[in-house]
Amino acid sequence: MRLRTTAVVGSLVLLTGCGAADMTQQASPFANARGTKTVTLSVQSWVGAQANVAVAQYLLEHELGYRVDTVQVDEVPAWDALSQGRVDAILEDWGHPEQEQRYVEDKKTIVNGGGLGVTGHIGWFVPTYFAEEHPDVTDWKNLDKYAGLLRTPESGGKGQLMDGSPSYVTNDQALVKNLDLDYKVVFAGSEAAQITQIKQFAKEKKPFLTYWYSPQWLFEKVPMTEVKLPPYEEGCDADPANVDCAYPHTPLQKYLNAGFAKDGGEAAAFLKKFRWTTEDQNEVSLMIAEQKLSPEEAAKKWVDSHESVWKAWLP
Amino acid sequence: MATITATAQKASPPGILANRAVRKLLILAAAAAILVPLAHAQWSSGTWPAAFTVDVSEPLGKASDWIIDNRDGHPLFLYFFGHVSNAVVLSVRAVYLALLAVGWAGVTAVGALVAWRVAGVKLALGTAAAFLACGLLGMWVPTMQTLALMVVAVLASVVAGALLGLAAGLSDRMDRVLRPVLDTMQVLPAFAYLLPVVLVFGIGVPAAVLATVVYAAPPMARLTALGLRGADKEVLEAVESLGTTARQRLLTARIPLARRELLLGLNQTIMMALSMAVIASVIGAGGLGDRVYQALASVDVGAALAAGIPIVLLAVVLDRVTGAAGERLVDDAPAAPAQWAYALAAAVAVAVAGRLAGLLEWPEAWEANIAEPVNRAVDWMTAHLYSGVPVVGGTADWAGRFTTWVLDPLRDGLQWLPWWSVLLIVAALAWLIGTWRTALTAVLALAAIGVLGVWKPSLDTLSQVLAAVAVTLVIGFATGIAAARSDRFERWLRPVLDVFQTMPQFVYLIPVVALFGVGRAPAVAAAVVYALPAVVRITAQGLRQVDPAALESARSLGATSGQQLRQVQLPLARPALLLAVNQGVVLVLAVVIIGGLVGGGALGYQVVFGLAQGDLATGLVAGAAIVCLGLMLDRVTQPTGRRTAKGA
Repeated sequence: MRLRTTAVVGSLVLLTGCGAADMTQQASPFANARGTKTVTLSVQSWVGAQANVAVAQYLLEHELGYRVDTVQVDEVPAWDALSQGRVDAILEDWGHPEQEQRYVEDKKTIVNGGGLGVTGHIGWFVPTYFAEEHPDVTDWKNLDKYAGLLRTPESGGKGQLMDGSPSYVTNDQALVKNLDLDYKVVFAGSEAAQITQIKQFAKEKKPFLTYWYSPQWLFEKVPMTEVKLPPYEEGCDADPANVDCAYPHTPLQKYLNAGFAKDGGEAAAFLKKFRWTTEDQNEVSLMIAEQKLSPEEAAKKWVDSHESVWKAWLP
Repeated sequence: MATITATAQKASPPGILANRAVRKLLILAAAAAILVPLAHAQWSSGTWPAAFTVDVSEPLGKASDWIIDNRDGHPLFLYFFGHVSNAVVLSVRAVYLALLAVGWAGVTAVGALVAWRVAGVKLALGTAAAFLACGLLGMWVPTMQTLALMVVAVLASVVAGALLGLAAGLSDRMDRVLRPVLDTMQVLPAFAYLLPVVLVFGIGVPAAVLATVVYAAPPMARLTALGLRGADKEVLEAVESLGTTARQRLLTARIPLARRELLLGLNQTIMMALSMAVIASVIGAGGLGDRVYQALASVDVGAALAAGIPIVLLAVVLDRVTGAAGERLVDDAPAAPAQWAYALAAAVAVAVAGRLAGLLEWPEAWEANIAEPVNRAVDWMTAHLYSGVPVVGGTADWAGRFTTWVLDPLRDGLQWLPWWSVLLIVAALAWLIGTWRTALTAVLALAAIGVLGVWKPSLDTLSQVLAAVAVTLVIGFATGIAAARSDRFERWLRPVLDVFQTMPQFVYLIPVVALFGVGRAPAVAAAVVYALPAVVRITAQGLRQVDPAALESARSLGATSGQQLRQVQLPLARPALLLAVNQGVVLVLAVVIIGGLVGGGALGYQVVFGLAQGDLATGLVAGAAIVCLGLMLDRVTQPTGRRTAKGA
């Protein structure tokens, strides 16, 4: 009996313990099923990011002969996955200084892949029909006047400022406190919930105040006007608890896994060159989100009509 | 005779209960009289005193940093986790490639033939139809990915669960050690498992499979132990008198005698693995769950439903087939091996024929697009029900009123109560219903929440849970009673319950927001939808199992149907009703995190935040608080020995 246990333990050790296994160099079991070259792209949950990935995927598959896998994960975990090589590229990043420091500067497992060509901006928005009725609502100093109109059961006695997905960059709670506004931040918890709620409000022409960002396809569906916050100055958002200024305009960045950037061949070269405009991205986003085309169909439509743009990206 | 006992029972509990209850309450009151003034003098504020909290965010943050820095170098990762992870990837990949190689025609044929052999012709047809429907919805490849992940996860869970169950079934000491652990695991919400696994294994399939195994193994272990312990003593003695060794007895008598429980365990494990495989899409599991999750981003209920239906179909088919296999195994002798051989040959023939005919990938021309009509229907529904409905008001108005008149007072009330009085109330409730042990566990669990420093959000979550449980019980008991009294209604209800129980919760996030707006009301609505089927089922089952003789005699005494229900059926079905309450609480709590995705705030939002931001400190603490809430509520609502089967 003793001998047998030793044998079992021994063979187990042999089976599992003899070599080191590096988890970080591991692909998805679903990747590469047909034996072709594969690229794995991270899709973030918002539609603009889906549009980037859809077009890149379409071109990689139809022009360069790759197979593309997509993984949907939130932004910060996506950085982690990118560093581990589970994902080869993130096509749209809104600025994560902490992660940049850790992975790009210190560990050197991720490299910057250049700009996406799109500039992102976060802000507070009211629907345009409401702003036309009350033009002074677009200055933060007058917001308190309208708190009563923007009240919901969820915000109690105060006005409601609706925030979305927990994965997005937000200073809203600090802003409300530091600007001493009579508002309560209500977290919708997911972008899907936030968009659904905005659409319901818009259908009834009800006023609302929401955290939102551009480029975003919803602007075409529900026109919104930005509320001016105290202007952004370099470094005014350094301390998260003391932020009292607007959000900056961020040129969105691409990031590649370091190993992939070096040995990724045509795919890596293509993704580095991938660069388009806000209008292009919105066109694809709208097809996906409003016309309910599948991302692939939307990408095909855009690719068919913008040959001059994407020809320049091919290696 | 039975009526007499029924009425006697009805009359007697207050007396006995009152005596014991009064005694318990007196002891508690005495303890409170000494402790409360002390506590009040020291920390008089309503909320949990800061002196009693422990800040765990720093060590947790450090641990998380350490793991990230050492993940690609430390021996623990290289020689242990790395191999575990690789093994998972290899096996999932092997199963996935095999499924693709067999092709859709082959997979459908194999599925149908297996179902035919173990469960009969009707279920075989159902299985084939389910597989074809998956292809028809354009979901063949994701379905195969989910299936591959499931096969590996279920096998691992069954092996792990059966081994633990064997240990607990054969050794009393192991049983005593394992039982509380398994009991606790049964209460944990699925999301709570994700964060730690992700940290160690990173985003992707290995993390998803391991989280699924941890979630799905406990029922197998419990039921294996139960089966081994419940074996007929006389049979065992007879076998022993034949001079068999312990191992022979185990293999030839105890395990075969326990096969019903083993199959029930398998059934439970499969169902739980499937629900987890969907939730794990948040951490990159791929497959059907991922499709549902991606559809959410473009607020596309139709696309989410198209991916949700195959999940429901898989669940219903697997449940019915394993269930029928269990019944057959107990009733008949096992099928002849020759028939298995025929079935196998037929399956191989179909697979080969499919391969030759080029039927490997599902043809695109055969895909039906259900997304559009579904979206139109949902739009119409939400547009017409949201507000301005004459007389009753729209759903948004209801949600507003529910928030203002029920949720707000409940939350404010709970948060206003001094912390020691909340502990005292919980102690009293748990002790009245259970023993001093359950009361102690409940109080300690609640105290742990305070120590973790999330007292206020936890009470917010608790208020939502209580409101959701109340709504669930009112609707659930009413529906359950109706189902128990009308066979036709129950037949019609069964598929509806199946769908609601197995549909991934992500699918109904958008309709719920579209109807009730963003906030705590839609979170409560989602919880009610999720917990209702189990409550309805247990209630109906309990009422139906009431001794027919008791009913008969009540009828002969001239009781009206309402009297029969109130005075015979409901009192006799009391254990079942209490179980329904307990299950309702556990299930509602499991959806708290989903509630965080629609504006429920509090603990659910914090867990989602932790997962989204990779913030271990926030996520784990909130997850632990949910677990503690679950333990507390479970103990408070758990009258006697707990029954098997989560979600019955």
